Amino acid sequence: MSLDITESLRSNFQSKFPGNNFNYTYAFGNSVVRVEPNEVVPLLRHLKDSGQFDFLMNISGVDYPDRKKRFEVNYELFSSRNAQRLRIKTQIAEGETIPTATSVWRGANWFEREIYDMFGVKFEGHLNMRRLLVHQQFEGFPLRKDYPADRQQHCTEALPIHFDVNPERPFSLDEEKDLVPLNIGPSHPATHGTLRVMALLDGEKVHRAGVELGYLHRCFEKMAETHPYNQVIPYTDRLNYCSAPMNNVGYCKAVETLLGVDIPPKAKAIRIILCELSRIIDHIVCIGANAVDLGALTGFFHLFTYREKVYTLFEKLCGARLTVSLTRVGGMANNPPENWYKDVLEFCDEMSVGVDELDTLLTGNKIWMQRTQDVGAISAERAIEWGYTGPLLRAAGVPLDLRKTDPYYGYDQLDFDIPTGTTGDVFDRYLVRVAEMRESIKIIRQVAKNIPEGDYTIRDKGIVLPEKKDVYGNIEGLMNHFMLVIKGLRPPAGEIYDATEAANGELGFYLVSDNSGNPYRLKVRPPCFAIYQSFAEQVEGGLVADVISILGSMNLIAGELDR
Amino acid sequence: MSTSSATQDRQLVEDARSFAFTTKLEAIAAWGRKNSLWPMPYGTACCGIEMMSVMGPRYDLARFGAEVVRFSPRQADLMIVAGTITEKMAPVILRIYQQMLEPKFVLSMGACASSGGFYRAYHVLQGVDKVIPVDVYVPGCPPTPEAVLDGVMAIQKMIQDGTARPWKDNWQAGVYL
Repeated sequence: MSLDITESLRSNFQSKFPGNNFNYTYAFGNSVVRVEPNEVVPLLRHLKDSGQFDFLMNISGVDYPDRKKRFEVNYELFSSRNAQRLRIKTQIAEGETIPTATSVWRGANWFEREIYDMFGVKFEGHLNMRRLLVHQQFEGFPLRKDYPADRQQHCTEALPIHFDVNPERPFSLDEEKDLVPLNIGPSHPATHGTLRVMALLDGEKVHRAGVELGYLHRCFEKMAETHPYNQVIPYTDRLNYCSAPMNNVGYCKAVETLLGVDIPPKAKAIRIILCELSRIIDHIVCIGANAVDLGALTGFFHLFTYREKVYTLFEKLCGARLTVSLTRVGGMANNPPENWYKDVLEFCDEMSVGVDELDTLLTGNKIWMQRTQDVGAISAERAIEWGYTGPLLRAAGVPLDLRKTDPYYGYDQLDFDIPTGTTGDVFDRYLVRVAEMRESIKIIRQVAKNIPEGDYTIRDKGIVLPEKKDVYGNIEGLMNHFMLVIKGLRPPAGEIYDATEAANGELGFYLVSDNSGNPYRLKVRPPCFAIYQSFAEQVEGGLVADVISILGSMNLIAGELDR
Repeated sequence: MSTSSATQDRQLVEDARSFAFTTKLEAIAAWGRKNSLWPMPYGTACCGIEMMSVMGPRYDLARFGAEVVRFSPRQADLMIVAGTITEKMAPVILRIYQQMLEPKFVLSMGACASSGGFYRAYHVLQGVDKVIPVDVYVPGCPPTPEAVLDGVMAIQKMIQDGTARPWKDNWQAGVYL
């Protein structure tokens, strides 16, 4: 939660934009400035150039069909210096356009395309105003309130190979007519899941590259709008399914902040343990799959043994292995079983051996080094420009981690380090992930040894369902249960952007509530979405074999990428 | 003379039993086929991660003869559809299926692939059987690896018994069911 900075901004903007009509508000820990559409880009440029905000984290659209200007576009800014956040908000009517922010932040690219795809809002000056997630034969704009959630439209043709317009590398027919187009995916062993990469090859060299996404666009945001708050939790599992509990925690934290409730210390401790276990198993999949793609199968099989051990820990908590839905708004679903913390500590001992073995297996391995060093290197400035967060940004040398810069759940009380790299190449990304696994083990050990006493959830009748023994045992419990199920959990009307540090980077939830039982709008800021935008730039000029290595290092999880 | 010839014949049959057995050609082919399924893993989402566990060290699909995972459809005879198939993916999975050689089988892993699951949504195909014929549906979200093994065994039984598959015989490409 960041401070109210609207007053200081007001005086700052008064001198820079004299006679402006900006509207300042501060609610739920978010500072908001409301401006006209044509003022957005100058304002963003000023905020970036003056060094007040260095990250454009998210752009989200909202549809209010009853308003005269029905669409709202929100820009979420973040400063890594002081963890301050700011939302720039603007409204436009149907048919109006809004200038693109891609000239200020390259990372605005796909976020704007997504808004066009979902709402039909056009961004003037954007070079690739094409559909991003839904298929090319789709008609209409699905996130508009008047589009029914279950109206499917069939796609009969796969999209042919194509490349985006890139002003830095204009298309030249003379140069490109002899090149070989190559399509990789969406069903290819190296694209884990549903990614599709297209390349124009000059021998072994990638001359031009493009990506197509949306092959796993399963309408998370529309589903969230049609389900009660607690029923959205299972959908969040399936965002980044490699580390499902982290998404549960991120979503519940956003709803809890909007509700203004503070969860009990015990729930916080359990959530930290779950998040760090998830971080470990997420890195296991990323490193394991990356190594498999480069021919090292042993690491994958070996690491999966440890992943199975974590599944066992999750199973003990809730019965499910992968998609666990462990949290509830207000805390956890239940107490861990007896000896669970002991099992967690035992796992930590086994895992630290496992990390050491992984280290022995890969870190000094000549083939691994040759395939990963100096591949996909990126400078810190460029990474920030694209909106990198998480291990990839830290590999480029920026020590940004929300657990340190904007601590939540008492991470500031724990002793751990933020590992960073220097060059940002695939090898550094790997090293950062390995080091983070060690840090996570350290965190889990500290927390699991000192679990606070008390309840695992708050007991507010309007938020949390009563325990089953009360529902079946007394009339009050039965009534509370009935009321909450029928009426639903209703946060106050308002909006919030809340972020946690997921395994891949900043996982943000922009949530709008209209005081009804369902979220009015829920926009996810998936960490790998921003990272993947830079893919073409990362691979162009390199070898086609490096495409695979870079793709693996980005840890692209189609569930959260396409949502 | 005839008595001794009959004895010799009997002796021959007795001896042959020690090094040969008789069966039907279809039965022996089915026996080989069911124990050497080559899966084409079509993992798109969460189920794909659980499928990794099926292949992984603890559950080890290799015990059922199906460890040779082929990402080329031309080398595979069992497609495991693991995960949500979106409308955008539908033409792609159809083409991949058509590239597989006969005899071929499809296992639909999980709720999404079987029916769209809890994604009753504008961009999700409501079951992969809308575009390709499915032999075995494995329920779960995602199914446990044990359930997937059970599904593979169901396909093995289907192959062994030569079960009739009208859903496949009557299937036509490009028709949304």
